[in-house]
Amino acid sequence: MSQTARPLSPHLGIYRWRVNMWQSVLHRLTGLFLCLGALWLAWGLFAAASGADAWNAFADFCASGIGNGLLILWTWALLFHLCNGIQHLFRDGGMGFDAAQREHSQTPSYFATGWIILATSFVLTALVWACLLLRVKGGAA
Amino acid sequence: MSAIGGNSLRTPLKNVRGLGSAQSGVRHWWLQRLTAVALVPLSLWFLWLLMGLAHADVAMARAAIAQPVHAVLLAALVVSVFWHGALGLQVVIEDYVHTRWQEVALQVAVRFGAFLVASACLFAIARIALG
Repeated sequence: MSQTARPLSPHLGIYRWRVNMWQSVLHRLTGLFLCLGALWLAWGLFAAASGADAWNAFADFCASGIGNGLLILWTWALLFHLCNGIQHLFRDGGMGFDAAQREHSQTPSYFATGWIILATSFVLTALVWACLLLRVKGGAA
Repeated sequence: MSAIGGNSLRTPLKNVRGLGSAQSGVRHWWLQRLTAVALVPLSLWFLWLLMGLAHADVAMARAAIAQPVHAVLLAALVVSVFWHGALGLQVVIEDYVHTRWQEVALQVAVRFGAFLVASACLFAIARIALG
């Protein structure tokens, strides 16, 4: 079967980076990172089931600098993976592959959704944490 | 393939016909999408739930989890998350781990780990909701 020496496809290095390549890389990275987030969820549920001491240890971690940083990153990872996943589902359904939308040289419409997804994920993350900050301030005042 | 094909006159297609798909067909693809569709509303709801639980003490957290609707949705989220995550990790391992014994060991660890941690989550939810 492999007797014929067929030409290999060119390696990644020759392609210009475009937003859909970032989407693909980030989808996998955020997916991996969200697997860690699933362990965080398990910790929280188990701590709540175990009692006050276990919950306080969990809550202290969440309130720490590292905990806050991780929670912000998890928020963005979840929202990016969610937005990009929705586009993924539409494209799995064959949408967005019309001839006009494939014409990269003429119109960037094929890539526009990628930039919209990236921007939306950052804006929603900022909104979530702005709401949290306002609530904490309101609760303290 | 050469072991099967050899120098025979049969075409490669003839050699593989009837052996089934090379891997597992569309089951993996379909379950990944099915859990993804479930996770669209579930993860948005989960984010909203978490925002309400910022700085909660253990009593508030338990009260929120114990609400019947929340307990059921959390259980659905846990099943979908760990299933979706295990399917995703499986592909990552298939793509990047090329030493056979390491690949198999990791695949087994991912399956066992996902099942174990998801079970622990479901147990915790049940204990809070029913206890």
